[in-house]
Amino acid sequence: MNYDCDVAIIGAGPAGIAAACCASECGRRVIIIDDNPIAGGQIWRGGAPTRQAAQWRDRLAAARVTILSMHTVIAICGKTVRAEAEDDVSAIRFQKLILCTGSRELFLPFPGWTLPGVMGVGGIQAMVKSGLSVKGKRIIVAGSGPLLLAVAAHLRRKTGAEVLLLAEQTPMAKVLRLGASLLASPGKLAQAVKLKWQLRGIRTTFNAWPTEAVRRGRGLAVMMRIGRRSETMECDYLATGFGLVPSTEIAQLCNCACDNAGFVVVDSSQRTSSPDVLAAGEITGIGGVEKSIIEGQIAGFTAAGRTERIGRLLGAREHAYGFMRRLNDAYSLRQEVLRLADPGTVICRCEDVRLADLASQSSAREARLQTRCGMGPCQGRICGAILRASMNWRDESIRPPASPVRLASLAVPPAADI
Amino acid sequence: MSTDISAGASAIVIGAGIVGAACALELADAGFAVTVVDAGPVGGGATAAGMGHVVVMDDSPAQLALTRYSQQLWTQLQTVLPPQAEIMRCGTIWVAADAEEMAEVERKRHRYLEEQIPCDVLDAGRLYQLEPNLRPGLAGGLLIQQDSVVYPPTIAAWMLDRVTEKGGTVRTHTQVDRVEPHCVILSNGDRLAGDVIVNAAGAVAPRLTPGLHIKQRKGHLIITDRYPNFVRHQLVELGYLKSAHQSDGDSVAFNVQPRPSGQLLIGSSRQYDESRAVDHVIVAKMVARAIEYMPAIAELSATRVWTGFRAATPDKLPLIGPSPANDGLWLAAGHEGLGITTSLATARLLVDQIMGRTSAIPVAPYLPSRAASEAMHV
Ligand SMILES: Cc1cc2nc3c(=O)[nH]c(=O)nc-3n(C[C@H](O)[C@H](O)[C@H](O)COP(=O)(O)OP(=O)(O)OC[C@H]3O[C@@H](n4cnc5c(N)ncnc54)[C@H](O)[C@@H]3O)c2cc1C
Ligand SMILES: Cc1cc2nc3c(=O)[nH]c(=O)nc-3n(C[C@H](O)[C@H](O)[C@H](O)COP(=O)(O)OP(=O)(O)OC[C@H]3O[C@@H](n4cnc5c(N)ncnc54)[C@H](O)[C@@H]3O)c2cc1C
Repeated sequence: MNYDCDVAIIGAGPAGIAAACCASECGRRVIIIDDNPIAGGQIWRGGAPTRQAAQWRDRLAAARVTILSMHTVIAICGKTVRAEAEDDVSAIRFQKLILCTGSRELFLPFPGWTLPGVMGVGGIQAMVKSGLSVKGKRIIVAGSGPLLLAVAAHLRRKTGAEVLLLAEQTPMAKVLRLGASLLASPGKLAQAVKLKWQLRGIRTTFNAWPTEAVRRGRGLAVMMRIGRRSETMECDYLATGFGLVPSTEIAQLCNCACDNAGFVVVDSSQRTSSPDVLAAGEITGIGGVEKSIIEGQIAGFTAAGRTERIGRLLGAREHAYGFMRRLNDAYSLRQEVLRLADPGTVICRCEDVRLADLASQSSAREARLQTRCGMGPCQGRICGAILRASMNWRDESIRPPASPVRLASLAVPPAADI
Repeated sequence: MSTDISAGASAIVIGAGIVGAACALELADAGFAVTVVDAGPVGGGATAAGMGHVVVMDDSPAQLALTRYSQQLWTQLQTVLPPQAEIMRCGTIWVAADAEEMAEVERKRHRYLEEQIPCDVLDAGRLYQLEPNLRPGLAGGLLIQQDSVVYPPTIAAWMLDRVTEKGGTVRTHTQVDRVEPHCVILSNGDRLAGDVIVNAAGAVAPRLTPGLHIKQRKGHLIITDRYPNFVRHQLVELGYLKSAHQSDGDSVAFNVQPRPSGQLLIGSSRQYDESRAVDHVIVAKMVARAIEYMPAIAELSATRVWTGFRAATPDKLPLIGPSPANDGLWLAAGHEGLGITTSLATARLLVDQIMGRTSAIPVAPYLPSRAASEAMHV
């Protein structure tokens, strides 16, 4: 199918939805492209909607926005998005493109991290939402950041799982400092208090992280470092999450400049370095849903050419950025957790490349060419983030397709007018 | 040209692609103190972008001689290469679509047998037995058993490890700015002196040696997810001869390679274009061509598309020998779509000339000085 619009938005999470509403309410023809069957992104998809989610869902329904769900972006050719639909390739012509592709979990390798039963906190949450029963299962939640708390609370309240331990790698003092700063943000403070209440009774430790997992019986034995002590605990699942990293493949295909940490660089109107391409949400920085919504709105207005409407949002964005900085500071990863892998630990799961294989390499590109690290179907989405976090290696080599597609889709010629 | 080579003479090789690496190893074996300089990592140029098909080709007698000689050298080398070299002795099948192409199969077979290159004519039945995923209605093909598939970047690294073991030096991420007699000047201003200097800079060799007849010829490749045994031989359409040979203009051909991982590497395209960006128009043509020959390919999952540059010369033969202009400078460049195959013979023929040894095959067709003559512009 061929489509024509003023504003094309990739990603139907909070940033994309907010952008779509604003651009559409300014009278622009808007199309959202998303690879999931349901709009909402990681946070608003599935489960009972929060009040905020319901508000935006209704606003989106009222706006005249075309949503192309289950469309996987292949590439951006000039001013056309090429996306694979079930049996077809869609070409979406746009004037302005807003990238709202969000983030994914950062995995950090430790001996045993690839065993069955060890998974990402986001992964276990998604599986539980889609029907995996963890009733009565013993779960350790470990890693860093607010997502751990949310997932631990959810597992315990909604699934009947037994959360044995919530292990946060950062020191308690840093989290308390963040908590104190929330006094200035009543909304966030209320959320934090609510979470704390939901987590009551769960053993929570700081300065704590897993150092190794091995199979034991039907479950796992996990060696935990807790402060200065080591403790071995048995469990059924180990859910880890060390924070989020931006999903910038499409931005890189558009030649958008990224900063040292890998985030897309935007100006005060959410414009990237690439003409007519804007970005909003977690690909510009991980700062929570508020930040994404504000940036999405700004991007929507900018793309609609209504920059006079962004003024009143700039203060809120500054506020969100302040929170983002404090958040990232509080949960910055300590060196120890970046160095948990031993020489035999797998780094690239697709190609079975181990840390020892990388010893004689000095960059991500050399590692790819000489060891196949990052050459598999996931194209370095997991190991690339690991290498960036732990070795400071950057692989900026993104090539089409933005994610794997059928060869039949590549055989469809781009429209003749581009 | 004659270079006076005394014991302990030094050589600088510009370029750590498969050609530069092979030359460096051959020079180190001949007793030179070798320094290899590359602007990027080892094997990161065309060597990382090509198909790694070691193939005997017969476009011209000189090409046949060079590829055949090189393949013999590959057969020897393959016995010592490590597993990362990903050697697969899968052979090539030249696929004939119709009776006209079957006639070409016969001619090709005749030329190969004259050179004692074992090959088998396949009728349609045998072709489908060997490659059941080819579309029905093809006429047959020619199987060349000795052709193989390798993974060139790790082989270049292995060769340079041998050079280092012999006392040589490899300087990656070091750009050469220009070449002077018996000396190269690095972009940081450093000067490296050498008795012998080899320009093995691939498609960009003319930037260091202006006036070389080398043009960048872009190609696209696609790698798929793993589908073991989907294809068992490197498959090339015989019509390739028609399409690859038009010197100008864009062309695509059916060219599919099995990787030891079970992945398929799908080519190929040819166009004169200096941008490294993927061109979705030609990719669509290339994939459509592959689907035409192998319909089931349409449903396979593609993980990456990339581009690379061949170093094209007007007569499709590489430049191996002394630079006509500059004393002390030697050339090993211009290998078009066959530089993996011909790298080993290139290194041997180059060092034969440097050492004043007699070569196993005549070197005249590859001498850079031919560029001045009409022969180059066939
Ligand atoms: C036999 C074989 C099998 C392969 N199998 C796989 C596989 O299974 N999976 C897979 O993912 N890949 C595979 N590859 C391909 C490989 O990952 C690379 O895609 C390939 O080496 C081509 O490089 P690239 O252009 O993508 O490299 P890049 O890493 O993108 O870069 C090429 C060079 O260009 C430079 N560069 C980058 N941007 C620019 C610019 N704008 N202008 C100028 N220079 C620039 C880079 O610094 C680098 O030096 C395979 C390659 C071969 C040879
Ligand atoms: C799509 C495609 C498919 C192919 N398929 C095959 C095949 O199946 N079989 C086959 O035999 N061949 C194939 N080839 C051809 C083969 O890949 C090349 O001929 C071969 O890799 C050339 O090697 P090289 O060492 O000359 O060049 P390169 O690998 O490009 O090496 C040149 C090196 O010189 C360095 N360099 C350049 N300028 C400077 C400078 N100023 N200072 C320092 N360093 C510098 C570069 O960084 C580079 O590493 C294919 C090529 C392409 C593009």
